[in-house]
Amino acid sequence: MDRREFLKLTAITAIATAGGISALEILRDKELEAHEAHTPDTKPLTAKRWAMVVNIRKFKTEDDYKKVMDACRRAHNVPDFGNPKDEIKWIWTDTFEHSFPGQEHKYMPEDLKHMPFLLLCNHCDNPPCVRVCPTKATFKRKDGIVMMDMHRCIGCRFCMAACPFGARSFNWRDPRPFVKEINPEFPTRTKGVVEKCNFCEERLAVGRMPACVEASKGGLIFGDLEDPNSDVRKVLGSHYTIRRKSELGTGPGVYYIV
Amino acid sequence: MLEKALTGSRRYWAWIFVLLAITGIGFIYYLKQFNYGLGITGMGRDVSWGLYIGQFTFLVGVAASGVMVVLPYYLHNYKVFGKITILGEFLAIPAVIMCLLFILVDLGQPMRFMNIFLHPTPNSVLFWDAVVLNVYLLLNILIGWTVLGAEKKGIAPPKWIKPFIYLSIIWAPSIHTVTAFIYAGLPGRHLWLTAIMAARFLASAFSSGPALLIILAMFIRRFTKFDPGKEAIQALGKIVTYFMITNVFFLGLEIFTAFYSQIPGHMHPFQYLYAGIEGKGRLVPMMWTSAILAVFSLILLINPATRKNERTLAMASAAVFISLWIEKGFGLVVGGFIPNPFEKVTEYWPTIPETWITAGVWAIGFLILTVLYKVAVSIREEEIA
Repeated sequence: MDRREFLKLTAITAIATAGGISALEILRDKELEAHEAHTPDTKPLTAKRWAMVVNIRKFKTEDDYKKVMDACRRAHNVPDFGNPKDEIKWIWTDTFEHSFPGQEHKYMPEDLKHMPFLLLCNHCDNPPCVRVCPTKATFKRKDGIVMMDMHRCIGCRFCMAACPFGARSFNWRDPRPFVKEINPEFPTRTKGVVEKCNFCEERLAVGRMPACVEASKGGLIFGDLEDPNSDVRKVLGSHYTIRRKSELGTGPGVYYIV
Repeated sequence: MLEKALTGSRRYWAWIFVLLAITGIGFIYYLKQFNYGLGITGMGRDVSWGLYIGQFTFLVGVAASGVMVVLPYYLHNYKVFGKITILGEFLAIPAVIMCLLFILVDLGQPMRFMNIFLHPTPNSVLFWDAVVLNVYLLLNILIGWTVLGAEKKGIAPPKWIKPFIYLSIIWAPSIHTVTAFIYAGLPGRHLWLTAIMAARFLASAFSSGPALLIILAMFIRRFTKFDPGKEAIQALGKIVTYFMITNVFFLGLEIFTAFYSQIPGHMHPFQYLYAGIEGKGRLVPMMWTSAILAVFSLILLINPATRKNERTLAMASAAVFISLWIEKGFGLVVGGFIPNPFEKVTEYWPTIPETWITAGVWAIGFLILTVLYKVAVSIREEEIA
């Protein structure tokens, strides 16, 4: 820390104690909205309740998983710190026993036991993260997407304690130097805020499907749960699917064909 | 009245400077944390709350415990506590301030803390916790200062203060109940998802807080001319005894439910805390220290001879305080995250910066406590003279 930085820090601390900073934050939010407002060239995709089906049988090689996760990483400037303590996860994989704890047994098929499952935010019907947030920085949209306002988040991490799916990540340090290639279409984050999968609402708004869905070549099915003719409803109606920890009553919006 | 804190013995000033030095070191480490981010602590993706939130939780209990001397005096006219209600109120003030500071140092974006009040969210327990803690702080400052001010002038406290005192008596359990609800309402965290969480919090609060008061009262008697009274200390000893028994009983209830039901998710955190899982058991020595101290304190407290002997009572009080500091200030919060919801064990241990920041907040608390007690004791000493 050099002298200039130290003075800056001291000044900021002094202002913060006076409680004036939050007002500045609000102003900054407005600026950002104005800056980002643009006319989409394609009609936005809309739904009554967005949901996803993961057809894990379609993921055969390591590359199939990698493509999906990389697409998300690139689209959302997800940093790679190279250690599990600081890790930011939007979409990731884990084994059956850790994805669906309590459902595994000794004699299940070997391939299923070791097969990686794609995990992401479940965009719950009744999300505990939204319930506990003290600032409404995380909120549920009418179409079921659970969103984050990264400018309002104070970084208390109550939502991380509340989420039973480990879907929320905290920026334990400045993520920007760890983003390989910055995508100017999506904001980078600052240290000290929580983030997670947003079902690519920024892409839906311009008529594009989520990045992971696009990269999955049919392995991930995305659509409107309330529309009986949607792809997700057709798949759900014809396959046996499970959800993670549905007994907790959060109503996960991500279904799995195993 | 504050001027009383500006004169003191050499020992008093040495103590003040030691506290200021620790605060200073803590502050420098806080600037480092502010600059780098919370990654400077031992917390991480899986254990996302650690020492800071543990201290906060423990200190809410210490703050609430003031009611244990205020209630018998004001509601039951228990005169013996008349001399020490001020000690309870003046203990609550630094305890709540430490709570608020521990929340502040735990925030990823501390400059945005006002968002809690700018965007009030009634469905969030944390919002209510911020409200009840701040009100409790104001109540104790108001009551402590007014009552002591009247005493200094040698008159009875003004009548208008009474409703505030009664309100503070109701308010004290509320701060700890709301704090318990932060944990008790979360799906998927088995250690915390228990209906008796608030009851456990209150039992541990009403044993650890009065235990600290016993030690403070004995300290004051030894080093100043003000004597809080043998009978008051003995009465506090009985309060500590009953609530410590309740506390250990409640922990036993949790362990019974987890292990008789044999539900894996309920057993795991206890297995991790007291035995370790998959060879990982960093908290095991601490948790057993806590358990042994609890048993040791109960032996001394339940046996009338050792409870009435002030030396052994002091030892028992220290044992209660340390035991509960470990159990609540460390094990309860960290244990809730281990194993994580996917049954993986990621361990946690505080880093050096994190420990110094914690020490710094405690030093600020002790500084405020010292100043407030100095004022109170000086006024009492004048009365005696």
